[in-house]
Parts: sequence; structure tokens; C-alpha cells
Amino acid sequence: MQHLRQLEDQSVYILREAYKHFDNLAMLWSMGKDSTVLLWLARKAFFGHVPFPLLHVDTSFKIPAMIEYRDRVAREWGLKLVVGQNKEALAAGMNPAMGRVNCCTALKTNGLKQLIEQKGYTGIILGVRADEEGTRAKERYFSPRDKHGDWDFRDQPPELWDQFKTTFPPGTHIRIHPLLDWTEINIWEYIMAENIPFIDLYLDKGDGTRYRSLGCAPCTTPIKSTAKSVDDIINELRHTTTAERSGRAQDEGRGMELLRKDGYM
Amino acid sequence: MDNLTQKPSDNLNIVIVGHVDHGKSTLLGRLYADTGSLPDGKLEKVQAICRQQGKEFEYAFLFDAFLEEQEQGITIDTARTFFGWKGRQYIIIDAPGHKEFLKNMISGAARAEGALLLIDALEGVKEQSKKHGYLLSLLGVRQFAVVVNKMDLVGYRQDVFDGIEKEYREFLGQFKAVPQQIIPVSAKLGDNIANRSEQMPWYKGPTVLDALSSFKKEPGRSEQPLRMPVQDVYKFDARRIIAGRVTAGRVKVGDSLVFSPSNKRATVKSIEAFNVEPLPVEGHAGQSVGITLDEQIFVERGEVASHQEALPLVSTAFRANVFWLGRKPLERGRRYQLRVATKEVDCEVAAIHRIIDTMDLSQQQGSNVVNRNQVAELTIRAKAPVAFDLSASFEATGRFVLVDEYDIAGGGIVTELVHDDQEFLREEARQRDFAWVKGEVGVEDRAQQYGHRAAIVLVTGGRHTGKSFLAKKIEARLVADGRHAYLLDGGNLLRGLDADLSEGERGQAAEMARRYGEVARLLVDTGLIVVSTTNPFGMAYVEAAQAIRTLVHPVPVIAIHMSKVPEEAPPNTDIVLSGPTDFDEATRRILEELKRRGVLAQAIGAKPTFQYSI
Repeated sequence: MQHLRQLEDQSVYILREAYKHFDNLAMLWSMGKDSTVLLWLARKAFFGHVPFPLLHVDTSFKIPAMIEYRDRVAREWGLKLVVGQNKEALAAGMNPAMGRVNCCTALKTNGLKQLIEQKGYTGIILGVRADEEGTRAKERYFSPRDKHGDWDFRDQPPELWDQFKTTFPPGTHIRIHPLLDWTEINIWEYIMAENIPFIDLYLDKGDGTRYRSLGCAPCTTPIKSTAKSVDDIINELRHTTTAERSGRAQDEGRGMELLRKDGYM
Repeated sequence: MDNLTQKPSDNLNIVIVGHVDHGKSTLLGRLYADTGSLPDGKLEKVQAICRQQGKEFEYAFLFDAFLEEQEQGITIDTARTFFGWKGRQYIIIDAPGHKEFLKNMISGAARAEGALLLIDALEGVKEQSKKHGYLLSLLGVRQFAVVVNKMDLVGYRQDVFDGIEKEYREFLGQFKAVPQQIIPVSAKLGDNIANRSEQMPWYKGPTVLDALSSFKKEPGRSEQPLRMPVQDVYKFDARRIIAGRVTAGRVKVGDSLVFSPSNKRATVKSIEAFNVEPLPVEGHAGQSVGITLDEQIFVERGEVASHQEALPLVSTAFRANVFWLGRKPLERGRRYQLRVATKEVDCEVAAIHRIIDTMDLSQQQGSNVVNRNQVAELTIRAKAPVAFDLSASFEATGRFVLVDEYDIAGGGIVTELVHDDQEFLREEARQRDFAWVKGEVGVEDRAQQYGHRAAIVLVTGGRHTGKSFLAKKIEARLVADGRHAYLLDGGNLLRGLDADLSEGERGQAAEMARRYGEVARLLVDTGLIVVSTTNPFGMAYVEAAQAIRTLVHPVPVIAIHMSKVPEEAPPNTDIVLSGPTDFDEATRRILEELKRRGVLAQAIGAKPTFQYSI
């Protein structure tokens, strides 16, 4: 428990720094376990309130249950939900068959970039974790993106103690990563400790499979698992040696590296 | 190594540092492999690629998330940056291999709870071995082990190891750093990493993994005196919550708190939290908390809450050791933003005392700049008083960063308070505020009743520039608008309060300014907007204005400087009027400034909803 509270304290501190320094701030919510924990942490940081909008970049390929869950939680918690979609790309027929990286770039990266530009957000809070995959391990808590939304991972400004990059030239924005130090197990332990409502796609409902990581329906495959509760999931994760995102097709090859340089989450 | 039966949930953030090519990636790869923390088949896959390309397998190949770092194009997605060992997860904060290594090493080490510092047995102690050791100490990483790697290349000889140990311990001793252990290893062959080496029976100490196991979580900062820098003030609902992280000590319901540098006092009414039942009654070091107070005092971000028995230091200047990472060199006299805990204020480097060569800790004097990756001893002067501590006593409030343009460009630790000319007045104000007897009516009550906050409008400038005329106009305008304003003319003090002063004392601004400031302090405590000029001080208006500011702190001072021809205005002047003055326009601007500063935040008549200017 002690280590979860330490992670919580750091994330809450980061969220409060973000809220203090960014006038036009938003949080990305994919309805997955990580960004849902992030949303919960925002309620912790602001004493039950969420003082910024939640963004969902809808690719139109999401699992339908995720959209239902999104709308229900938004209603119950009084969230301001902003849904963005790259309608142009969809109208032009973009889909995973045109190449997974192409599809992710068009519908997710560019969908997000469009939304940021339209609304003029200067700070975007995301639930990425350092242990998810290699490029995320090199992230800072406050990570600048240039005018094109691109990430220069080779030349990142220093980040010292609890002092973050909160000033930036006009036209650029900052990605804020309060969950950087959390691991997959920590996320589930916290969901259990706080009793956070999560989407049940993460549980086996009798057919011996469940999702370990959630994304678009065509590019996300369930894993073989009989975990029917958070307890089961934690127990399973403690013994697995398979990577969390092994069910995520866009990670294959150098996919994530290319995607994230261009501003993917 | 069968360590895989259960993945632990306790974490420790560690960083691996040392001279380039001394084996950081290899050590890391070995730690992952020997603790069984690699994903299934990962090791075999990398080995297969190496065979294919006809090169020798290296553990370092396991960690190359970015293709650019690998000419051969072997990308291995590690998908995890931690390994587990004996009930604890070790998170490697910054994977090695960056080009901008020092910047990343410092960013990583600043978040680390422990460190491993590598030295190549064959090459011995190199420049970066020293620089990194010194920086770990500067960054406050107290737990670290020195790992002497590549012992296989020196035939596992004890005399080689002993020589390195002696040299490095002597170096660390110069700034009182003591490593937990010094361990001879071969990361490549796995000697003394997880398994005790059979090649070095002369070494009796722990293995690298044993050394890591001995690193402790969280030092006992909760037992120190309280420090809670204010991060923000929230008013999302009926509660007015002061949010902040307790960086030292404990804060309890019922505690009497002092906020520095404003010297405001109040008692903790509650500790607020979401989804916690019942509410906590205490917060301790490390926790991000929110408190409500028994009284609606005006506190803002950057102030430090403490108990009255152990206050932080307050000054505009301090001496510090700074490491510089900026693209542009640090320059004396140039403006930077200083951030100490949550306080953000403009500052300048008043003096560069010496540059410290981290190779031999020799000192070089007389420089006007500090270049990238250099460490220097500086005096920093802030534009406004800052609450801080010496880094030897308090970690979080004893260190700071400097921001150049948009980026954090340097960091440092406070080594000494520098006394400034306001010190005596500041101490007088502190003692006076602590002893101040308050009535039932608080500052917020008055603000609500009057429809504005207290403030001082101070007009500075030389003789015959129209100061008095402007001051009278402002007073009249404010009162006509229904505000409670009063013209405090310094001349009115001369025959009365100042009647006992000698000719000599009248010639100097000091004592007159002190009395003038104390009178102004009394008047603003009544909730008035005090309009005044520096008339009685003649040309000593700069010193007088500063003294008045110190004594009325933290009441807002709106400073207007008037002159016939353009000239340098005193520091922190808000409005400069030079040449012929349009007094109506000047009055309008001053009223705008009062609104901007939150003094006139409320329309007349509409009483209870006072807007906080925070």
C-alpha cells in the first residue's frame, strides 16, 4: 500500500502543477485502465472535481462497449467530454487494411493533433507509463512537442526534482505524463485499493479470454486468460513474462518509435 | 536464478551512471537476465540476431529502444524498464545510451532513490566518474554503490581494485560523500552481480543485487520540522483548500501555521481528501495534501507553511552551488526565473564566485560566465523575498532550478543565506506580525464589507514631478467610486510622529521610512487603500520605497514612477510616467492596475461574492 500512496502523491503533485500552469489544459481519456486511473487521480488532486475537459480521439473502430462506458461515466462523474475525430481521413476510407501505422497516424495521431489545434490546448495530460514500451521509458513528466506536434526525444530539456517544464513558445504544447512511474501491476493494485469502476473487457467472462490492453477492435486481440476479477489479474501479472502490449498490432517492428516521434500518445 | 515466482510491488527508483563505455548497458542487461526479468524468448532472440550478423552477443544489445542508437538496426523493444529482486521492483529511471547524456543523467538522478556508479577497472577513475559522483552528491542522492567493472580484463587482481577504491574514496571524501559499498564485478561474465564471484575470493562484501537490497526507501523526513510549500489554492466548492506537498515534517489538524514570507498565521481546520473515509487528521512528508484553515487569510503559491518554532529563512539573496545545463552559458547580471519549491520569481546572478572543476575540485575564479555542464558557486539575487532553507538541513526547500527563456537550464543547492539590506526591517515585520493582536474581524471580512482589498498606491520620483497632485487625484477618484481610500502624506508625519528625530536622522531616509512604513502598515490593516508619495525622502526615494514595501509585505504595492525626462525607475515599478502627464489618463491606468491586481475585484453594492485574485 505504501508504494501505491507514494505513486499517488507524485501523480497528484504533477496534476496540480499542470492545472496551475496551463490555462488551456485537457486530459486524454481512452477509457482504458491507465487513463481511467489518471482520471481518478485528477478527482483526488482536485477533491472530487475534474477542472478540465476529457478528450477522446474516436477512431470509429473502438470496441462499442468502450463508448457506452465512456458516456455513462462522463454522466455519473459530471465530466466535460470532448470527442474528436479525423472525419476527412475516415471519409477518404482510412482503415487498418491501409497499413496499421498509417491508420494509427491518420486516425489517432492526426486526430489528436487536429483537436489540439482546433481547441488551442497548450497542455495535454496523458496516461502513458514508462514500462509500457521502450520509447515511453525515455519520456519526461512534462514533455514538449513542437509546432507540428512532434517529439524531439534526442534533445529533451532537463527535468529536476519536482520542477517541470511549464513554459513554452507560442504554438507549441506540452504533454504531461503523471503515470510515468507506474507499472501495469500498480495500476491494477490501485484500481483494487480505490475500488475504481473499470470497463469489464479486461475480465474473462467465461470464454477464457480477456483484453490486457485496449485499443481499436481490429488491431487489439484478447489474450488467453481466465482472470475474472482484479485479484485474478494481479495474480496473473505477477507470473507473466509476456509484454503487456503484445496484443497491440501497431507495436510490431519499429511501429511505436515511428508513431511516437510524430506525436502519437 | 529463479526469482520469477512472484513479481513484487515495492518499488525503488535507481539510476546507473559512470563514464561512457564503462559498461552501464552491459550491467543493466546482466541485472535483467540474472534476475529472470526479461520477457520470454527476448535473450534468445537477441542472441540469434547477433549470430545472424556474425557478431558477439552483448547484454547491452537488450536495451536499444531507438534505432538511431544502433547502426546495425537491431531494435529490441524491452517493454519494461524494471527488474525484480527479492520482493522489490527496481525501476531504471533513465536507460543509458543518450547522446545528451549529462542532461539525461541529471534528470534521471534527480528522481532516483539510489544509484550505481560504474568505473572501468582497466581504465580507472575517469573524468565522468568524478563528475557523476560529485553530481550525485549535489543532487541529493545519498544512497549509492560504486561498481568496479571489467575485473576480468585486469585478471581479477585485488591490487587494481584497491587502487581504484582508494583513489575514488579520497575524491568522494572531499565533499563528504560515502558510498554504501565498492564492489568488484565483471558485468559481462556475471561476477558479483547476482552470484558471488569465484574469481575474487579476496572480496568479502555484498554482490550488486545484495547492495541494492540494502538501499532504503524514503529517509525519515517526517521527523524534521514542518515544511509545506503552497502549490495552489482551490475554491471548487464551499471549501477553500490550500493544496501542497508536505516536503518535511508533519501537518496536523489544530496546528498553528505560519506562512513565509508573508508571515500570515492560521490554524489547520481540516485535512481534505477525496474517497478517504474518515478524513485524515495528519499529513506527513511526501504527501500531497489539501488543508482548510480556521480563518480566511490570503496566502498564495510560493509561500512555505511551517510551525512558528522552526521557520524557514527569508531573504532576496543566497549563495549556492549550481550546475548549468543551458544551451547558452549562464551570465552574471542576466535575468532568469528562479524556482524554489513552488515559488517562481525573477532573479539574477549577482556574483560568480568560482567555477568548480569536477575533475579535481580545483577552483577557477574571475569568470563572468558558467558554461554548459560546469558547476559553479554563485550568489543569486531574487526580485522579491523568498522562503527557503539551507540544503544541508532541508532537501526540497534547499534546492532550486533556474529557467532560461523556456527551459530549465540549471539546478542548485542553497549553501548560505546572504544578508540583504532589508534584513532588519523584515525581521521587525516578522516579529511585529507574530505578536499582532487581532480582533474578531478578519481581512476577508473587511474586504467583503468594503468591496475591495487593502493596498498601497505609492508614487515615487524626484522633486516637482507632480506626485502630490496625482496622489490627491487618485484618492478623490477612489472615494468618488465608493472605495475606502486615504492620502497618507509623509509631510504630515514630520511635525508629529517624527518630531523627536534629530536633524541628522531627518537627513537620512532610514528611520523616517521605517516609521512611515509602520504607519502605512497600520492603515492597510484597517482595510484602506492608502495613497502616498515619497515626498519627504527627497532623492532617497528608491531606498524609502523598498523599506515601505518590506514593512507592508504582503499587501500589494502599486508603484508609479514620475519624472520630467525618461530615467530609470526603482525596481518593481508598475507604471512609469515621464514627461508631461495627462493626469486623467494616469488615474485611469492606475485604476486598471488595481483591478488587475485583484484589489478592486468587485463591483460596488454586490457584496458577498468576493473574487480571490489567486
